[in-house]
Amino acid sequence: MSTATKELTKQEALFEYLVRLADDRLILGHRLSEWCGHGPILEEDIALANIALDYIGHAANLYEYAVEIEGEGRHRDDLVYFRNDPEYKNLKLVELPKGDFGYTIARQFLFSSYSYYLYQLLSNVEDEQFCGMVEKHFKEVKYHLRHSREWVLRLGDGTEESHERIQDAFDDIWTYVGELFHQDDIDEVLQNEGLAADTVSFKSDWKDLVSDTLNEATLDVPDWDQFMVEGSRQGLHTEHLGHLLAEMQHLRRSYPDADWE
Amino acid sequence: MSEKNDTDSNDTQWPLWEVFTQPRDGKPHEHAGSLHAPDAEKALENARDVYARRKEAVNIWVVPSDQIVASKGEDAGPFFDPADDKPYRHPQFYSVPRVSKRRS
Repeated sequence: MSTATKELTKQEALFEYLVRLADDRLILGHRLSEWCGHGPILEEDIALANIALDYIGHAANLYEYAVEIEGEGRHRDDLVYFRNDPEYKNLKLVELPKGDFGYTIARQFLFSSYSYYLYQLLSNVEDEQFCGMVEKHFKEVKYHLRHSREWVLRLGDGTEESHERIQDAFDDIWTYVGELFHQDDIDEVLQNEGLAADTVSFKSDWKDLVSDTLNEATLDVPDWDQFMVEGSRQGLHTEHLGHLLAEMQHLRRSYPDADWE
Repeated sequence: MSEKNDTDSNDTQWPLWEVFTQPRDGKPHEHAGSLHAPDAEKALENARDVYARRKEAVNIWVVPSDQIVASKGEDAGPFFDPADDKPYRHPQFYSVPRVSKRRS
């Protein structure tokens, strides 16, 4: 989107880029944490809580680096607890309610497989600190992909009910995957500096991985060319994000100076 | 529903697996605990999440619990009691002779 706004500096673009990445992970981590104590079985409850914590950890690192780049003395918590939904730049995909287990797994698989390719590129960006952070997270991302892919295979090729539920989930979520590959001037500025991943470059690999997995799971691949929602990176969200933020932020906003001690 | 034996006739859970974790290279795998999983791959993943998330392991084995052959309670007498009065099977039973001074 090239509007008549002033030129973005590299610093401003990097800050925004880090916040987008962090927002995706924070919101998905929060969604996933809703499974804690409600998992279908104990072992899976622990697995989902582990993954939720991984995302929140990744987000914490990314926010921390973002405020460092910004250099205005803000704390990462300022970004987490004191922004409203239009200021959040996460994909709509990650803010959708957790649904049933099939829905959660379908989203996990789509997001993890996307992150897998994204992190492959990000681990080569020309910024040592960013790179180091991504490399560390990448190991966990690989595990997230393995975990969710194995579940897709089992639910798709499982019972009649599990097949139906996860097929419904993919059909439902599909309209939110188009945005994964939207890029704007933020991406452009950073790609010229070797600081961002060109998501379009792995789009066909990602589609192959998703299609192959769904086929193997005896699921139908929804139509890639169907209507896709957009606007998340500009702060347009579903009605679900506000409720999530209310729950996540209300304690901190009610007691802004509260301390763990 | 499985009618294999009395204990699991009401069990609608997934099969039980025993988990063995190796704490470091070169160390033996040790029994860490058990878990439920639908198959071997998921048993490995669950084991990783349940028993290896605090850096406890560098390698994991999972074994279907029903594949483990265990000695029975009634075997305890013939199996283990005979060892009671054979302290000489421990190296500590023997006093090591002092090194005799070498004569020059």
